[in-house]
Amino acid sequence: MIHLWLPLVLVCILAGAGAYGVIARRNAVLVLIGVELILNSANLLFVTMGSVRGDSLRTGHVLTLFLITIAAAEIGVALAVVLALFRNRGHIDLSEPGA
Amino acid sequence: MTTLDILFGAVGLITAASAVLAVTSHHLVHAALWLVVALGTLAGCYLVLGAELVALVQLLVYVGAIVVLVLFALMLTRAPLGRSPEHSSSAVQRVAAAVIGAGTTALLASVLLPALGGEVLSTRAGDTQEIAAQLFGSWVWPFELLSLLLLVALIAALAVSRMPATSTEGESA
Repeated sequence: MIHLWLPLVLVCILAGAGAYGVIARRNAVLVLIGVELILNSANLLFVTMGSVRGDSLRTGHVLTLFLITIAAAEIGVALAVVLALFRNRGHIDLSEPGA
Repeated sequence: MTTLDILFGAVGLITAASAVLAVTSHHLVHAALWLVVALGTLAGCYLVLGAELVALVQLLVYVGAIVVLVLFALMLTRAPLGRSPEHSSSAVQRVAAAVIGAGTTALLASVLLPALGGEVLSTRAGDTQEIAAQLFGSWVWPFELLSLLLLVALIAALAVSRMPATSTEGESA
């Protein structure tokens, strides 16, 4: 038995921390870390709801597995873009204007 | 308070603290390593919630693959290894970011907690077989589509990273 407000509070904190990371960071890789945290808060909400509402399709858990896969694809492409950015500009500081 | 409540509280506290440290740390590598802690303990949270398969996949894919990719990217972009204040933006933008982050947290909490906060979750253990049956039964076409997505992402990442450097080659060299 778990009181549901515990995972929900963790979802809120993870999403807030991720939003802070996306806005406050200058290094592109660190911005991606913030994006990962936001994705993981969505994952935790999916798992929590999947455990509460046990539907016959197991939607919450299966969609979490799908979301983890999509996150893997996303981070691969995003890091390739960051590397291309680094080769073109010599730095990955997002606060400086592009050349 | 039940035993699982206390377990989830302890693991969740570590997750929240390491997530906050991952976005505020001044060391690049420390931020990536705090992300490892956050994602690993989040897998622990999934275990407490009774989702063993998701917890294992989280450990394998996130901690095993994604964090390694992030560390490689930090290495390849010649990140400064020491403590450096240059990874975060100006003080004004950080304050704005903190306000927006706290606002996101408050907004989500004000929606989720009144709607669902009072419920009690009774976890079902040993659900993995059922999830596997559903994954390769009802969800098999989205699953196959995802494998295609992974292939496309792989090829796109290759194509992007092999793209020749354009126009500014002269001044950056």
